[in-house]
Amino acid sequence: MTYHLEFSALLPYWQDLAWGLWFTIVLTAVSTVVGIAVGTLGASARSFGPPWLSGLVRVYVELIRNTPFIVQLFFIFFGLPALGLKLSETTAAFIAMVVNLGAYSTEIIRAGIDAIPKGHIEAGVSLAMTRLEVLRYIVLRQAFAKIYPALSSQIVIVMLGSAVVSQISAPDLTYAANFIQSRNFRAFEVYFVVALIYLMLSILLRYLLRLIGDRFVKVG
Amino acid sequence: MSDFSFWVILKNLIWATQWTIALSLIAFIGGGIVGLILLFLRTSQVKWLEVPTKLYIEFFQGTPLLMQLFLFFFGVALFGIEVSPWTAAGLALTLWTSAFLTEIWRGCVEAIPKGQWEASASVAMNYIEQMRYVILPQAMRIAIAPTVGFSVQVIKGTALASIIGFVELTKAGTMLNNATFRPFLVYALVALIYFCLCFPLSWFAKRLEGKLNVAR
Amino acid sequence: MSLVSIRDVRKSYGTVEVLKGVSLEVEKGDVVAIIGRSGSGKSTLLRCINGLETYQSGAILADGIEVGGLHANLRELRRHVGMVFQQFNLFPHLTAAENVMLAPTVVNKTPKKEARAIAAEVLAKVGLSEKMDAYPSQLSGGQQQRVAIARSLAMRPKVLLCDEITSALDPELVNEVLRVVEQLAKEGMTLILVTHEMRFARDVGTHLVFMHHGKVHESGKPKEVFAAPQTPELQQFVSGIG
Repeated sequence: MTYHLEFSALLPYWQDLAWGLWFTIVLTAVSTVVGIAVGTLGASARSFGPPWLSGLVRVYVELIRNTPFIVQLFFIFFGLPALGLKLSETTAAFIAMVVNLGAYSTEIIRAGIDAIPKGHIEAGVSLAMTRLEVLRYIVLRQAFAKIYPALSSQIVIVMLGSAVVSQISAPDLTYAANFIQSRNFRAFEVYFVVALIYLMLSILLRYLLRLIGDRFVKVG
Repeated sequence: MSDFSFWVILKNLIWATQWTIALSLIAFIGGGIVGLILLFLRTSQVKWLEVPTKLYIEFFQGTPLLMQLFLFFFGVALFGIEVSPWTAAGLALTLWTSAFLTEIWRGCVEAIPKGQWEASASVAMNYIEQMRYVILPQAMRIAIAPTVGFSVQVIKGTALASIIGFVELTKAGTMLNNATFRPFLVYALVALIYFCLCFPLSWFAKRLEGKLNVAR
Repeated sequence: MSLVSIRDVRKSYGTVEVLKGVSLEVEKGDVVAIIGRSGSGKSTLLRCINGLETYQSGAILADGIEVGGLHANLRELRRHVGMVFQQFNLFPHLTAAENVMLAPTVVNKTPKKEARAIAAEVLAKVGLSEKMDAYPSQLSGGQQQRVAIARSLAMRPKVLLCDEITSALDPELVNEVLRVVEQLAKEGMTLILVTHEMRFARDVGTHLVFMHHGKVHESGKPKEVFAAPQTPELQQFVSGIG
């Protein structure tokens, strides 16, 4: 038998796709910014904090890195309300993304901090800078330059992983795809087109991150 | 809630874990084989072999694994071929894994000094022989740590098979939650089991990496 | 009172005692050269003076501030005690001028413009006016070390600690750095140097300290000490250098 592909069956739904795409972009952008902030704090605490805090951060990082994102999402969305913490789909999606990227970026940034020669820290301290000033002006700047490529790929991975938030009905691009194929019964066409949109998105995101890197993160 | 319910939940989750492990093994071994073939194509220096390989990798690394699962599960069925969740999940995860392993291994092959290629070429070895006898044996040493590390991603990736109805650990969790209404306990246990599967591998990968750095 | 006063300082790493009761007085304008074999404790002593290393007993006062102790005001101390390292330790993400400006702007809250003027002044002093906007990776080892000296000078230190500052340099680059230090000495800067440059120690130093097994083994005016070493250890050390 032959099956005729009908991509035009998607046209009436272009607005749903556009809204879904917008949600995915905002979700990725916000969780990137907040997630890296969490990662910066986490890595600083891990490298320079007291032992109890460093240990706590380590547990957080290992727990997240060794469990699937979808389980983290379900735990936050379905599990936490049992403790009286009720979250909307959208809030749960944002929190899960931040928690996830926060853990990965903690690990990545920490590796960057570890790679800074100890002499640079001593030089900063000898110039009467406090540990916090040394961290801010000397260590983090260099650490970011070192780990920027690794962090960039992690951001793309997290963006692609965000497709899973559709499973708690957060209205992202994949959610739109599911909705459309339930209406027009053109699953292959819908998923194929949406897969291509994701592909474009990841190519654009990589390009954008490279631009930002060249402009702001380079070391002389 | 009674203790009984806790043990029933745990027992069912552990039972379902075998399917997570089985799917992971299929994806990892299948992905390894496909990845090795792709590695040869990708590093062959033959343009018409390299370009399609590149596109393949770009597609599987640049789209969500979830989309790939949907495409296999819903898409192929429309062409008159009945696809079970098993087949769809096994296929999608295998191809997804192969794309990542190819890239990881390519990095390892490229880390081998150019002199090794030149030396082996100068004793009249062809490309396959160079790879087989000179390059891969060296690349394998540095490939072990990241490969073990990626196996963790494969195990976590299998959780998405739950979405197309494959009953493994995550799906079992969802079903048990629907039956018992104890989401906190159920998903905490699910997470814990994944952690028990993944953490030893992560730890092992990190140790290997450390060892290698010392050896160098 | 002495600018730097070291009194019976002891330090050990685990069971290994590296400083076995060291005492030393440094007056304003002194140029103290510390020599000795590697492992004699000379670098450790220097690093104790600005609190990079802690010590177990004794006391160090620098510019009247007690270095040891739980609540030592190390920040205040380090504003007046500069340090130059063997490995330069320039910050690779900053230009020469930015390296120099960092501490004045961050620690002293000097306005950017003023800090830039300071940078221009101290970089001119080390002969690198034309390299202000170069990154460390674009400079030779000797130039990097001169920038590092300028970076310390920008804080207007009362004393400058130099930890084997020419040991990581190629031989042909050593002199340009030593000339800068000699100039500083002439201008009256108080210097404590750990060094392997015996000729420099003799010609520029006002005091010589020979450390051996974690103690000040012999000390005095450089020319006198070198001319007539009193102890067999120093005799051996000096002749070994050749």
